[in-house]
Formats: sequence, structure tokens, C-alpha cells
Amino acid sequence: MKSSRRQFMKLAAASALGLGAGKLAFMGDAPAFASDIPTAATFEHPLKAKHWGMVIDTTKFTKELVEKCAHACRKQHNVPVIEGKKEVKWFWGGTFEEAFPNQIPEYLSEDVEKREIPLLCNHCESPMCVRVCPTQATFQRADGIVMMDMHRCIGCRYCMAGCPFGARSFNFQNPRPFIKDEDFNPNYPTRTRGVVEKCTFCTELLAEGKMPACVEVSEGALTFGDLGDENSEIRHLLREKFTIRRKPDAGTKPSVYYII
Amino acid sequence: MLEKALKGSPRYWGTLAGLIGLIALGSGFWMYQLTNGLVITGLSRDVSWGFYIAQLTYFVGVAASAVMLVLPYYFHHFKQFSKMIILGEFLAIPAVIMCMLFVVVDLGQPQRMLNIIIHPTPNSILFYDMIVLNVYLLLNIVIGFISLQAFRNKMDPPKWIKPVIYLSVIWAFSIHTVTAFLYAGLPGRHYWLSAIMAARFLSSAFCSGPALLLLLTFLLKALTGFDPGKKAIKGLALIITYAMCINVFFYLLELFTAFYSNMPGHMDPIIYLFSGLHGHNDLVPFMWTATVLGLGSLFFLIPTKFRENPPALIVGLIMLVIATWIDKGMGLIIGGFTPNPFEEVTVYLPTFPELMVSLMVFSIGALVLTVLWKIAVEVRVEVEGCNHSLVPPKAE
Amino acid sequence: MYNAKYIIPAMIVFIALMLFPFFYGTGTHKYEVQVELPKDQKECIEAKEVMRERHMQILDEWRNAVVRDEVRIYTNAKGKKFSMSLTDTCMTCHAEKDKFCDRCHNDVGVNPYCWDCHNISPEQKTPIPPAAEAPAEGGGH
Repeated sequence: MKSSRRQFMKLAAASALGLGAGKLAFMGDAPAFASDIPTAATFEHPLKAKHWGMVIDTTKFTKELVEKCAHACRKQHNVPVIEGKKEVKWFWGGTFEEAFPNQIPEYLSEDVEKREIPLLCNHCESPMCVRVCPTQATFQRADGIVMMDMHRCIGCRYCMAGCPFGARSFNFQNPRPFIKDEDFNPNYPTRTRGVVEKCTFCTELLAEGKMPACVEVSEGALTFGDLGDENSEIRHLLREKFTIRRKPDAGTKPSVYYII
Repeated sequence: MLEKALKGSPRYWGTLAGLIGLIALGSGFWMYQLTNGLVITGLSRDVSWGFYIAQLTYFVGVAASAVMLVLPYYFHHFKQFSKMIILGEFLAIPAVIMCMLFVVVDLGQPQRMLNIIIHPTPNSILFYDMIVLNVYLLLNIVIGFISLQAFRNKMDPPKWIKPVIYLSVIWAFSIHTVTAFLYAGLPGRHYWLSAIMAARFLSSAFCSGPALLLLLTFLLKALTGFDPGKKAIKGLALIITYAMCINVFFYLLELFTAFYSNMPGHMDPIIYLFSGLHGHNDLVPFMWTATVLGLGSLFFLIPTKFRENPPALIVGLIMLVIATWIDKGMGLIIGGFTPNPFEEVTVYLPTFPELMVSLMVFSIGALVLTVLWKIAVEVRVEVEGCNHSLVPPKAE
Repeated sequence: MYNAKYIIPAMIVFIALMLFPFFYGTGTHKYEVQVELPKDQKECIEAKEVMRERHMQILDEWRNAVVRDEVRIYTNAKGKKFSMSLTDTCMTCHAEKDKFCDRCHNDVGVNPYCWDCHNISPEQKTPIPPAAEAPAEGGGH
């Protein structure tokens, strides 16, 4: 894999939009309104896909890089930093044992044993959280993203019991006091107490034609693209490298693949 | 008929006043929870359901157990239950009310509760649970009051009530089956992912519910002299004994499957509950207490001479209620969440405010039960016109 | 009816008490809300009358469109396009919530919970809005 991230972005966008690369000038130029207030023009060229997915190259990940991605995520979505067992997290890191407990890793290579594995919502093809939600507050979009409607969530936490990956967090309290001022993004709402939240694959950035926040800062270790298009960069990568998914036996068909 | 609840002794009014006091105290803590969020509970990202949902599970069982009187009485004409049956139906009503309240206090956004109805979602078991619990509440209110009214007027109950009663029998099984399905269909929770979950729920409900009913009946007898009849007690105690034996048997089946198959996912929750995992053994004393009391209850229930001797029976019943409550009202929920999806242990124990909010719900249940049983007893006094303790059921 | 001589007067007293606030308030207070309109803008996304009556429905439609239907662009009656965003679109013009939204909301006693999550300005610097503009505790509408 030698392709740069920019090339990949063009490919992903091209395959997604079904456009010639020549028409993708807007992708190359950084949007002029990046720091301005989004307007209707911001959303004129969204990124689209049949089924969004992600490949995580764990060999490229260090603790620092995981934290860099996690920080970008927190900053984009106003994720509060709460210490202890009531914490809220969208993107975080764990050991191989935590990420793949059903591998029962007895004798791991030293390298893998020390590696920090990024963890996030798997955006499963058959998501259990969506099946159990009594109000459709969590639902699956046509492009495969498992999305949260915070307006509708009643806070029953059935989705947290249903998710086999521990990807969901509940707002046990008002999260606003736990968002750092310097990491605050006024263009993205905070949450209120009593609702469940998780990674959304940055739907708000995809709508602006941008890549998810973690992918942007991942130094090429995260590949995001259309699993439904066999010519996409992510499918090339999946053909090239051996990958595994977390807990395939749970039958939820995760859309996040790991290169070990 | 409700006017029967408006006349009573100072003891009756004192009980109600005491319960209202406890409700007021508990609701203060609920206000505290509403203002601050569920942060006041011991719940966490890993153990996201706890004491509240466990009580829901337990009391759905208590509600369903009315069927252990209704079924023999209406299907097998076991007439000895004639005096007691109204107590069972009137216990089901507060039990279902408590279940619903435990769901409400558990919600993060209770003011949006009606979203379950506004956006009906047939793929969610919680949607069905909402339906079956509400319908079961309605069924028991209708059946209880119609039968009592007929009894008061010394008439046969209207014919249309029969099919409603038959429906309620099936419905009782459905409420607990659906409650078991809340848990039994989740791929990541090994302790719950068991085909026998609904059967376990029913067996534990059919011993613990009638046991609670029988204990409350003994209390009622001590307080008012209301006597359901020796044969009724004997019959119900026998049902409880069988149900408890089946309950223990089903648990042993779970142990066999987990440990003979040697599958870590299935063993870990059980190991956590009974001997501790990764150095966390907070639930071990509870689970062994449940085991000892559960087996102890069988010691008092299986031999006929103990079972038919009220003091020994009462001891057995108390042991049984505590054992099943720990198993279903603590162990089941926490065991399902432990270890977490990362094979780690996060300890959960309810906090004081959490217990006080639960106290509010328990007290509301007790209040409704007191009023309903008061009506049932008063109607019987009116009809029989004498100290009812001297009048055994007709069939006896 | 049993005890009609007690029940009927009691019912009359009860109904009178229930209706008292309406009789008490009628005609004493002229309903008039003075909101401060944005100085640099002439037109809202829709006509004034539409906004006055339907802004809450429009916001409800917007939130479903954005979150659930992946539609983020609103085209108004005149064909002009807007981003469906409370913070970015509404609050950019109506920059002072306490001089616009709150004036009316406070007067009619509604307390929309939008602000529990949504920021009151795209320029807001901290997650917790300044105290003067902070919404009153509690949600509900």
C-alpha cells in the first residue's frame, strides 16, 4: 500500500459519487468555509457510499496515535472526558486481549501484546442495538452507518445490553461540565443527560464531503471507504491484506476490519 | 366496591400513612435522581442495568404467579382456591404496577417514555414487554373486580368473564416469557444467552410468586383472621415445592452446559458469581447465601410433615423468597453484564439513593396491595356476615 | 344521587377554583411581546407569519431530516437554500437568544429543551453558555 491518503480520498469519493476524477476539484481544494459557519453550500457535495466501512491497520498504531484519533473525535463531537466507570467514549484504545477476547490469546507475539488496538463502534451490518431499540432512536442508514437520534432516545439502555462490543456510552449526568473549553466545537451539539451515544462515522463530516475526524489525523492507519464498491480503496486493501473482525461469532457482521 | 377501602381501623389508616410517608421519602430521592441523572446509582458503562431492572424481572414473576391459583381453579375445578384466588389476582395488580414503575425510574429520559408508543418498533422485545404488562394489568383489574362484584351480589360471574380468564392464564405465561426474551436473545451476554431462560424464569416465578403470596396470606390471617382454608395452603405449598425443585433443576442444567462444554464465555459469569473473577468477588457471599437458602427451603418444603406444619412452612417460604430474589433480583442481571465485552470485571453494587428510589416503588406496591386486599376482605365479611375465619371454603 | 346537597356545592366550588386563573387573568394583561429582530437581516427563512406559527414544526421537521433522512439543505418558498441547523442558521442571525427566543418563550411559559444539547451560537466559546443566557433548569415543553 503506497497510495497516499489524498489519492485514496479521491478514489473513495469518485467511486462513491460515480464521477470522473476530473470533477473532483472541490475535494482537492480545502473548502473555503472550513472554519466558517456551515451554510447550505457546505452540504452540496456529500460523500456517499453503498456501505461505509473501515480498515484499521493496527501495525501502524501506537498509544499516541490512538490518543490523537480519540482527541480528534472528542473535539469534533464534544465528547466529555469523565473518569471512571461512567465514562463516555466513542474512539478509544485497548489491548489485543480486550479487543479480541474470544481469540483467548495465550501466547501472543510481543509486538501484538504491547500494541494499542483502536476501538470504536463497528457499524455492524446486522446491528443488535438497532434490533433491540424500542423507539428507533438508534437506526441503520441506507449506507450502513448505525446512527443515533438523540432527540428520540429514552435512555432505556437496552442497546448497551445488546451491543457485544461495548461501543455505547450512557450520559449518566449532564456532560457539558466535562467538555474542555479548548476542545469545544460550537457547530456540533452536546448531549443531554439520560441518552446513549456512540461513534457515528462522522455523518456530519461525510455530509460536507469530508472524511471522518479520526481518519483525517490517523496518518494513513485508518482507511475509510465503500465496502459495497469492489473497486474502492478499502476493498483493494481488504484483498491485499489479511484482516479480522471483532467477535464474528456474535453474528452482527461488523463493518470495521483489523489488520494485525 | 372501592368504598370498602375508605372505612378501616386506626391500624389500617396507620399502615397507609406509614406507606405514604415512605413513598414521600423515596420520591425525594427520585427527584434527586431526576435532577442529577442516573449518576446517583451504582450503574456504569459496563453494568448498565442493575437493581431497578432486576426488580422488574423479579416482580414480573410475582405478577405471573397468580396463574398458579387461576389455572387449577378454572381449568381443574380445584375449588379449595376459591377464597384465595382474589388475593392472587389482587397481588398481580401491584406487582405489575411496580414493574412498570421500575422501568420508569430506570429510564434516562422518563419524560420521553411515550416514544415507545409514538414510534412502535415490533423488532424490540421491550415494545412487546410494554404491551403484555399493560394488558396483563388490565386483565387482572377486570377479572378481580368482576369476580368480587359477582361474589358480593351472590351471583355467578357474567359468562363473558370466562374467556377473559382463560386469556389471562395464557397471558401470565406470556409476560414472563417476553421478559425472559429481553435477555435471552442478546449475542454478547453469555449468561443470558440460553434457550432455557424463559423456562427458568417461569419456574422461579411459579415458586417465588406463590411463596410471597402465601407469606402475605399468613400475615393477613394473623392481622384480620382471614383464612383461605387448610387445603388451599396445602395445595399451594405443593405447587411451590414442585416449582422450586424444577427451578433448582434448571439451574443445574445451566451449570452442566457451561462446565462440561468448558466454554469460557459460558463459565465466566458463573465463576464470577460463585467464586469471583479477576480478583473481584463482591457477589460471592450473596450467591452462596442464595444457594444455602435455596437448598434449605427444599429441606423444609419437600418432607410433607414440614410442609404441612405452618411454622416450618413459613421458614421454608422465607428462605425460598430470599434465595430466588438474590438469584433473579441481583445475580441474573449483574451476571449477564459480567465480564464485560472486553472480558473485564466492573463491580456493581446499588447505592443508597438507588435503594431509596426502589423503596418508593416497593411502598407504592405495598400501598396498592393493602387497599386491594382490604377491599377483598371487607367484601367477604359483608357477604358472610360474620367472622370469616370460622367459615372454610364451601368445597372443604 | 346520594348526598347531593354536599356533592353539588362541592363540585361547584371545585370548578370555580379550577377556572379562577382564567377569569382572574382575562383582560388584565395586554398580550404583547417585544422581540429584538436582527438588524443586518431583512428576511427570515420563511415569511414572518409562517415563522411565528410554525417555527417549532419546522425545527422538528429539520431535526428528523438531518438526523434520520440525511437531508441537510432546506429550500424555502422563494427557492433560497439554507442549512437545516438551529445553531448555524437560526442563531447566526438571531444571535441573542435572550432577546429573541426567550422573550416569547418566557412569556408563554414554555421551556424548550433544544438548548440542553444545541449551542446557542455558532460562535459560542465554551460548552456551558454564559449564565445570563443559560436556559432554566429542567426540560419539557
